[in-house]
Amino acid sequence: MVEVHRLRHGSNAGQPITRRDGLLKVTGMARYAADNHPPGMLHAVIAAARIARGRVAALDVAAARAHPGVVQVMTPGNRPALALHPDDKSVPFSFRMDLLQDDRVRYAGQPIAVVIAETLEAATEGAALLAPRYEAEAVEVTLDAPGAFVPEAVGVGAPPEEHHGDMAAGLAAATRRIEATYETPMQFHNAMEPHGVVAAWDGDALSLDMPTQGFALTQMRLAAMFGIPAEGIHIRSPFLGGGFGSKLLTGPQVLGILAARLVGQPVKLVLTRAQMYGPVTHRAPTRQTLRLGAAADGALTALHHHVRTATSRFDDFIEPAAGASHTLYAAPAIATSYEALRLDTGTPGFMRAPGEASGSLALEVAMDEMAQACGMDPLDFRLRNYAEVEPISGKPFSSKALRDCYAEGAARFGWAGRPLAPRSMRDAEGRLVGWGIGTATFPAMMFQAEARAEIRRDGTGLVETGAHDMGQGAWTAFAQIAAESLGLDIGQVEFRSGRSDLPSAGIAGGSAHTATAGSAIQAAGEQAIARLAELALADPRSPLFGADNIGVVARGGRLVRWDDESRRDSFADILDRAGLESVEGRGNASADAEAASRYAMHSHGAVFAEVTVDPDLGQLRVTRLVGAFAAGRIINPRLVKSQYYGGMIWGVSFALHERAALDHRSGRVMNADLGEYHVPVNADIPSIEAILVEEEDPHVNALGVKGVGEIGITGTAGAVANAIWHATGVRVRRFPVAIEALMG
Amino acid sequence: MNRFDYVRPRTVAEAVAAGAEPGSAFLAAGTNLLDLMKIGVARPARLVDLNHLPGLSSIEALPDGGLRIGAQIRNADLAHHAQVVRRFPAVAEALLSGASAQLRNAATVGGNLLQRTRCSYFQDTASACNKRAPGSGCDARGGDNRLHAVLGWSESCIATNPSDFCVALAAFDAVVEIEGPAGRREIPLRDFHRLPGSTPDRETDLAPGELIVALRLPGEAAGFAPHSRYVKLRERTSYAFAVVSAAAGLRIEDGRIAAARLALGGVAAKPWRATAAEAALVGAAPGADAFRAAAGLALAEAKPSGDNAFKIELARRIAVRALILAAAGTPARLPALPASPFAPIPGGLHG
Repeated sequence: MVEVHRLRHGSNAGQPITRRDGLLKVTGMARYAADNHPPGMLHAVIAAARIARGRVAALDVAAARAHPGVVQVMTPGNRPALALHPDDKSVPFSFRMDLLQDDRVRYAGQPIAVVIAETLEAATEGAALLAPRYEAEAVEVTLDAPGAFVPEAVGVGAPPEEHHGDMAAGLAAATRRIEATYETPMQFHNAMEPHGVVAAWDGDALSLDMPTQGFALTQMRLAAMFGIPAEGIHIRSPFLGGGFGSKLLTGPQVLGILAARLVGQPVKLVLTRAQMYGPVTHRAPTRQTLRLGAAADGALTALHHHVRTATSRFDDFIEPAAGASHTLYAAPAIATSYEALRLDTGTPGFMRAPGEASGSLALEVAMDEMAQACGMDPLDFRLRNYAEVEPISGKPFSSKALRDCYAEGAARFGWAGRPLAPRSMRDAEGRLVGWGIGTATFPAMMFQAEARAEIRRDGTGLVETGAHDMGQGAWTAFAQIAAESLGLDIGQVEFRSGRSDLPSAGIAGGSAHTATAGSAIQAAGEQAIARLAELALADPRSPLFGADNIGVVARGGRLVRWDDESRRDSFADILDRAGLESVEGRGNASADAEAASRYAMHSHGAVFAEVTVDPDLGQLRVTRLVGAFAAGRIINPRLVKSQYYGGMIWGVSFALHERAALDHRSGRVMNADLGEYHVPVNADIPSIEAILVEEEDPHVNALGVKGVGEIGITGTAGAVANAIWHATGVRVRRFPVAIEALMG
Repeated sequence: MNRFDYVRPRTVAEAVAAGAEPGSAFLAAGTNLLDLMKIGVARPARLVDLNHLPGLSSIEALPDGGLRIGAQIRNADLAHHAQVVRRFPAVAEALLSGASAQLRNAATVGGNLLQRTRCSYFQDTASACNKRAPGSGCDARGGDNRLHAVLGWSESCIATNPSDFCVALAAFDAVVEIEGPAGRREIPLRDFHRLPGSTPDRETDLAPGELIVALRLPGEAAGFAPHSRYVKLRERTSYAFAVVSAAAGLRIEDGRIAAARLALGGVAAKPWRATAAEAALVGAAPGADAFRAAAGLALAEAKPSGDNAFKIELARRIAVRALILAAAGTPARLPALPASPFAPIPGGLHG
């Protein structure tokens, strides 16, 4: 094999180039799934249950069908047959779906019928005319419900109890102990683009325009459900208006596909905003109890993190909220445990930083409470308990620049000199000011991906992988990696993505998409260059002939001899002489099991928050946020900063705004719209900064990329909560923080 | 689709006639009505579009120094009108603290007076609601009612009026001009909205067909301009309804309060004019003690309607704050965050 040197050069990876799809987006030309209108398309609208438990006793199908424009009403009675029961979970990452399998209602907002009509308006009115009659049963929707059990697994297959060291001894050795319970609410996915699908059948071939975070998994599950070949399922998903973990295949989308099957015409089905609060997963509520022990010198002696959370009556997803306690702070005794309830809600699921978002909030506030108990600065206390190896496993970290995050973030924020006592700082007009810190953490994961690269006779490149642009900038970052792997300017590379008929890029989740698909792209490009180099080095007419042991680099559309830049050969000339239209490279990527067994792999960060609180009125505002994050190699600093901003703003939302208001009698979400389910507005975020801390990770993957999509939300909510304490002296343990908690 | 008639009257008389037909609803900007139609709360048989009526879109100076504001004036236009900003600054501040810029550009003065409550049980057609379906009950009692009424509520209904604008209008004695089948009449804004009693479905004093054609701000109210503020607490910095709010105006002569105006928002089914508090302030030296005593009077009758006892104390405090800010003087320019406690506080909180 020829040695091809890796080269990082100016225009590609590492550069803060703007989004390549930016113009399309700001001009409204980017085509999202619901923008498609194939000929003959009908509109489908879901009728959603208004009870949370019971059965549908009657539907006035005749009234709906009689409405002008209504073509068909799909109910359990006429829903096309499926090869697999909707409760089947044999395909990975599958959750049980509600696909009109019977008349049972398992949560409010569950689909109970689908009306298909010539217009959206007719379908909407048809759905209203169904006027369902229910037999309702009593519901449980709060964490006070009876029947707690120890789940078999939490998150994706993690054990429900983990420990290292002797908890009793650790607590006994402590000179200071704290125990506190923190509550986080149920939160719902509110991506700007609601879930939808435009589905068209041709025999057993299925064409779908549908936002998805995973083509291959979606194809696999649909193939199994419908008993059709996966190769016949073509999905286009060039842009997602946000995914955040909710856009693997969902039940409502399958209902759209079923509706198209039923009527034999293309069908569009898009959820309304209100319908997002039910069938497309949510973040489970938690009640977390932290017990910490510390010695006189501030060293933790014990850390116990117990999580009470909830899943649905009919399926299991246990929010892995204690995970952060496994990795963040050194303690001789660490234990985590879970209990769960079954509630009459939809099944919770992955929502940006599942586990870490709610868990790091509780842990970071508990750490703050212990720092206070020890009379220590909260940053010093965290440094005192800095984990040099991953505490729960004892493994070294593949890289961990958290100390630099603390230092750079603290310097930028101006943390030094922060008074220890609360209520010590005021602004010029007498409002209370407080500063808080939270540590951010998220695992660095890898899934599986493939990519294909081609160098064409005109000297340009083509790179393909079915990646997912959820708004994070995949079109741009992957094109940068592709260009770099081929030694071409980004303008010379055609990057194809966003379709299921390309090599699989795996799933866009777990903050692992850039790492996984990017590594596959890099490998594909390198292979294509290696093939090209073989051609050149074996060709006596090439200036590179005979350079085998010296090696070449790819740069600017040419192969260049490593030791003599004057000896070069263009891609076009090499292919031309060889009489080839192109050379191809294939690459794949997956977790390095060997490295994963030896190293703990996590991104880290430190978030500093300033809040200002009106002391009489309890009104508060996060007046400054600074986050410093280390996540390995950064492909595009501009996009990465946007990811951090988005995560940190969600952290503010977590601390101060988001809460699904469930009526405890009916089980319905009473604030299922963006007017009443609050997320921050611009005025809530007057000042935000993200610092990219240098970190090189030789172990995590070929690219050295750790992922940045989720970490921003972790640490931030805790930093805000801790700043509130510092401002007011009030330790709020129930989130979001309510105005009445701070009235003083 | 849900079919309804749409009529576009050319004159106010035609609009009144069309509006008097059973099942009619007047359509101005539709920022509230169309949303309610989409979720099935409002299902009018006929929309009477007011957007093409002549004569409802002007702001005129009145001989007494007041203003007459056409019902079709948009909130944003009114809030930025030079005479409103100068003579009725608390009205402008209240307008700018409501909704979002897009909504303020569309919403009209007349429509704002008829905003429906944001009670989630009113908006959820599967819930019992005496306001939406008389006699069905009130699921807000015993439900998610943290932000519901603490004044003037009844067993039938604990909803609040969501308008910011109306709080300032109530404080400054605005008058509603109405055209109806029986001719023209006027109602003081403070008497325009009703308390729920046993008929929470009747929210205003308007009879079928009666159309708001204008709103008058009396010249007398301009006398409060140097000391007028609106303050609003909310659960995010913008685009949120009031948890509680207050409009306050003071006329200070020789170091004493010669006249006071105070109204509270977010506490009742109507903007809550606090006349007993106003009376108690007259003759007092402006200061925290007098303001606290007045605020106590304003909330004397308050009682929680659910998990909202905190709102009583919070309403007292917002009343005190509004009075403090009014006493400190109306700022030369409207603050960048109108009505927010994070707007500059002249003299500070403890200065």
